Amino acid sequence: MVEARGVHKSFGHVEVLKGIDLTVAPREVMCIVGPSGSGKSTFLRCINHLERIDAGRLSVNGHLVGYREKGGRLHELRDSEVAAQRREIGMVFQRFNLFPHMTALENVAEAPVQVKGVAKAAARERGAALLERVGLADRMHNYPNQLSGGQQQRVAIARALAMEPMLMLFDEPTSALDPELVGEVLDVMRGLAADGMTMVVVTHEMGFAREVGDTLVFMDDGAVVEAGDPRQVLTDPRHERTRSFLSKVL
Amino acid sequence: MSADSSTTPAPPEQIRAVPVRHPGRWIAAAVIAVLAAMFVHMLATNPVFRWEFMVDNMFSDAVLRGARTTLIMTVLAMAIGILLGIVLAVMRLSANPVVSGAAWVYIWFFRAIPRIVLLFFSASLGALYSTYDLGFPFDQQLMDLFGFEGDWRFLSLDGNDIFRGFVAGLLGLALSEGAYAAEIVRAGIQSVDPGQTEAAAALGMSRGRTMRRIVLPQAMRVIIPPMGNETIAMLKDTSLLIAVPVSNELNFQLRAIGSRTFQVIPMAVASILWYLALASLLMIGQHFLEKRFSRGFGNRETRQQRAARQARDVGSTH
Repeated sequence: MVEARGVHKSFGHVEVLKGIDLTVAPREVMCIVGPSGSGKSTFLRCINHLERIDAGRLSVNGHLVGYREKGGRLHELRDSEVAAQRREIGMVFQRFNLFPHMTALENVAEAPVQVKGVAKAAARERGAALLERVGLADRMHNYPNQLSGGQQQRVAIARALAMEPMLMLFDEPTSALDPELVGEVLDVMRGLAADGMTMVVVTHEMGFAREVGDTLVFMDDGAVVEAGDPRQVLTDPRHERTRSFLSKVL
Repeated sequence: MSADSSTTPAPPEQIRAVPVRHPGRWIAAAVIAVLAAMFVHMLATNPVFRWEFMVDNMFSDAVLRGARTTLIMTVLAMAIGILLGIVLAVMRLSANPVVSGAAWVYIWFFRAIPRIVLLFFSASLGALYSTYDLGFPFDQQLMDLFGFEGDWRFLSLDGNDIFRGFVAGLLGLALSEGAYAAEIVRAGIQSVDPGQTEAAAALGMSRGRTMRRIVLPQAMRVIIPPMGNETIAMLKDTSLLIAVPVSNELNFQLRAIGSRTFQVIPMAVASILWYLALASLLMIGQHFLEKRFSRGFGNRETRQQRAARQARDVGSTH
């Protein structure tokens, strides 16, 4: 589903991604962990072209992200083509980024109506069903500022799911939540994984990675240090850097 | 062990303390009250005010027509100015340096020129060119190059016809307002959390839709108060239309009565009262606009939510 080969990314003179090689298979749940500044969020944002890669190849479902290969050269995709690629990829942000001037239901129905041209009534019905799936059926007419953090993040997940993506990206979805609200969001993500969604999750929740993840990737300083079965990496890491990071976190 | 809820403990005794006295506040209130009484007394007894004369004349036909022109000019100039401002602000934020630079030049020029100078110039545009034509750029030069006669223009307007009176005044005020509005709109757009644009982009929304559906509605909260300022300023700047000249506006008409009848002060007071009334109307409008755009930002229930809550409460007592 996602293939990264030698992905490099710099911000000015600072090289943040120093050659990432990763593959995410369909229906796989990949959890990426690592210290702050390791480039894990940047890599995630490259997948849906919120950041542009400087070198290497990154493709989703066989299509290069942000570029087209023609006649041996790479051509930048137009904005409308990038937007079309992003429709297939859902993203959940650390700070939720819900639209504050719309109710929960309107947030969820907005993209299908505006981007896919779905009729408003149908989008609202589907939105209501999605909000029910994340456990917020009774809150669908509330504005984001009337919801707790955990509820807002669940609305954000429903909003991303409304576009029926084949891939979901989670950028530290629970890092901005109070501890007692983390569980409700992880439960929703667990349900998504059980339903077979392909997910790439940047997180600090090692418990989630161990129970739900199929692959655990440890990144440090812009490179993949170690990747493998979560149970194996967490209990018996092969690299010293992995070991020292895990000892601080676990 | 069973919980006995029939005997609740007595509520704690409420504190009834003697409040702090604030003699300073009482003295200040008394001073203000006395000053206000003196002011009202002066208004009532000073013969220079001629209240009956003022009331008789401040609602004459000419004044009412003037007030109508003033209001219409304010609304039109603001409408055109705000639309222009939104276009310029989006241009200013564009990645294209030519587009952004053009907007910058416009804003620089039209903020620098005083409105009265702009209105004088706008009125003289009839003298600058006798006709204004709409057609293909550089058509006459291209024709000369190939040795042809004629031109590629499809619309020809007489300079003196269009740049006269009301239109000249509207043009000057609207173009000037566009520059100020552009900066206010740009500030509003920049005040919206960039995460909003990212979330919209991640959902596959185009830039245009993101701007219209997500960014601008949120920017309005920041845009409306200063834009309210601009509208009230525009109301007062309609008095500059005398430079065009347009004499059928409120200020000129009131002063005309004053100088004709030598009752300058009553008509000046009439002017104050008229502008106060019109500006207050605009402020009420601003209040409703602000309420409309603050959905989701306050903490009060919406009507829908109150209805839903009441329905739930009714259900729970059964």
